[in-house]
Amino acid sequence: MYVYDQYDQHIIEERVRQFRDQTRRYLAGELKEDEFRPLRLQNGLYIQRYAPMLRIAVPYGLLSSTQVRTLAHIARHYDKGYAHISTRTNVQFNWPELEDVPDILAELAGVQMHAIQTSGNCIRNTTTDQFAGVARDELVDPRPWCEIIRQWSTFHPEFAFLPRKFKIAVNGAARDRAAIEVHDIGLEAVRNAAGELGFRVSVGGGLGRTPIVGSFINEFLPWQHLLSYLDAILRVYNRYGRRDNKFKARIKILVKALTPEVFAERVHAEWQHLKDGPTTLTEEEVARVSRFFVDPAYRALEDQDELLARQDAENPGFARWRARNVTAHKKPGYAAVTLSLKKTGVAPGDVSDKQLDAIAELADRYSFGEVRNSHEQNMILADVEQSQLHALWLELRELGLATPNIGLLTDIIACPGGDYCSLANAKSIPVAEAIQRRFDDLDYLFDLGELDLNISGCMNACGHHHIGHIGILGVDKKGAEFYQVSLGGSSGRDASLGQILGPSFAQDDMPDVIEKIVGVYLAQRTEDERFIDTFRRIGIDPFKERVYAAHH
Amino acid sequence: MQRIIKNDQVVDDRWHLLDKEATLEGLPNSDNLIVPLALWREHAHALKARDGGLGVWLDADEAVEEISDQLDAFQVVALNFPAFTDGRHYSSARLLRERYGYRGEIRAIGDVLRDQLFFMRRCGFDAYAIRADRDPHDALEGLKDFSVTYQAASDDPRPLFRRRQ
Repeated sequence: MYVYDQYDQHIIEERVRQFRDQTRRYLAGELKEDEFRPLRLQNGLYIQRYAPMLRIAVPYGLLSSTQVRTLAHIARHYDKGYAHISTRTNVQFNWPELEDVPDILAELAGVQMHAIQTSGNCIRNTTTDQFAGVARDELVDPRPWCEIIRQWSTFHPEFAFLPRKFKIAVNGAARDRAAIEVHDIGLEAVRNAAGELGFRVSVGGGLGRTPIVGSFINEFLPWQHLLSYLDAILRVYNRYGRRDNKFKARIKILVKALTPEVFAERVHAEWQHLKDGPTTLTEEEVARVSRFFVDPAYRALEDQDELLARQDAENPGFARWRARNVTAHKKPGYAAVTLSLKKTGVAPGDVSDKQLDAIAELADRYSFGEVRNSHEQNMILADVEQSQLHALWLELRELGLATPNIGLLTDIIACPGGDYCSLANAKSIPVAEAIQRRFDDLDYLFDLGELDLNISGCMNACGHHHIGHIGILGVDKKGAEFYQVSLGGSSGRDASLGQILGPSFAQDDMPDVIEKIVGVYLAQRTEDERFIDTFRRIGIDPFKERVYAAHH
Repeated sequence: MQRIIKNDQVVDDRWHLLDKEATLEGLPNSDNLIVPLALWREHAHALKARDGGLGVWLDADEAVEEISDQLDAFQVVALNFPAFTDGRHYSSARLLRERYGYRGEIRAIGDVLRDQLFFMRRCGFDAYAIRADRDPHDALEGLKDFSVTYQAASDDPRPLFRRRQ
């Protein structure tokens, strides 16, 4: 992974000093609340229901074991022993004291981490495929490009006060695991007929209040021009994006208002001035950054199909875990392992300090000392030898990290919700837990197959409910917490937004509602048909009829 | 007299900023005036004929393209921040410097505070009328927030990857 040089290190140390002084001035009354607010947000610090929430950047989801240990230490020392993995692959702490935040940032800077631009109306953390560099279907490794974008976006002087937040995602594989089409900018690394590298550029996708799938405005942007083209998009948005209404301020509203064609023309016109300028990327720079993402010292191994089949036969639990939580690897004899942070009874995406320490140790022993966070709020050891899978599984089971549910209904994406977040209309965590309890029969869960269930506690859609096959949105109904259900969302290459099923439900009804929806699917599916495919074939009406039947 | 930051020092402001309602009538002939865009549009000729210095100011929703072919007329272009969170004029300043080659003073006016000065300077501002309730000497510190930067901007056209050693 990328290692800071003196320049990178200098910048984050200066940031710590700057934020320490801003915090001091705020506490001394020299900075008013509304003056400090945008400053602390650009450093990931929210004032929440019970205490501040600090969001720490994990650029494109990559962590070293040393960094994971530091996160464990922060969880233990400054929080109540927990960290939460967010859908932007960042890490959140829900209980730090405002006064401690500068010290936390100093500890983070010691391991090349920071909280820069993890909130606020600026360019946020760039995300990518959690299997970048190891996926079998990868065409281009997106990580060097993510790092190049990270540096370009960090303290970009022109774009620190955009109309609204701005999110970029990069994909380089056949399958889109980075959900690029629901980002403000989605970049897909591609090669043209001549074998040259470039990017397909999507703009104006996003979730939130007005969910929209992005529009591709450039089918092939040669890699040299990546940053100048991003500058052009951001400049058009910064100048012409709406600022009169925060609910209409995202770039998607501008793209829609102008039409994608006109927006593309504006960007192109701006870009003509910037193209071939000094921001044009050089082969040297790309090579410099790419050197940090070369393969680790893989051993020459063979795939272990026989051994694994034998272990499967001896142990159905291992077989189940392998079926869901182990992903094929580009190197023979290796596999990528997803650690499930979706154990029933634990808030989705939560991980304890002890688990973090243990994960760091496992990473050192099994996976070249590297860990990844996924936007589905799980953690990954990407380079495990197949012959070690059984031993690793035994250890993960002890740690409560081997729940075999990746991609299944109980692998729920959820925001922290009303238990922690002051923006939320309703709680997310108890709903997730109630559903997980209802579907605790593993055979049944496996039989249901791939099913994304996403929960957001409010319109801001941090739980990405629009792109869940089943999406749940917390709403306020005359002061009470209710839940609206949508069906048919998808985040992949065939991205689609969920359709609302109908009137919302009380919290206690949610497990029944989900069970009825799943029942319709089971009754209607053809062999091997996934939930989303059945939904696309039969439409929403059969689900509506079943779920609301009792109310008539 | 108001004190402003100019070229990283606190100095007396020798300019007089006219508000949006200002009219041509009764304008002093020899004062240095920064006039609103509307007044300039209507009375460019008369304003140029005065003896005093001339500047223009743009509100956050006024584009630099409105004045880009007349920049020789202005010693100062002031860009207004109705709120410090309105970032449009960061782009305006860069365009003035990098696209239209303006070399006169670019002054930040309005809700101008210490914690934004570093970014402003990178975008081409060289003067800052700090909000009246704040100490410009204190605000000077904001210009020192960082010593390393990644991107190309008006202060240095080379991104870090062309400077890294």
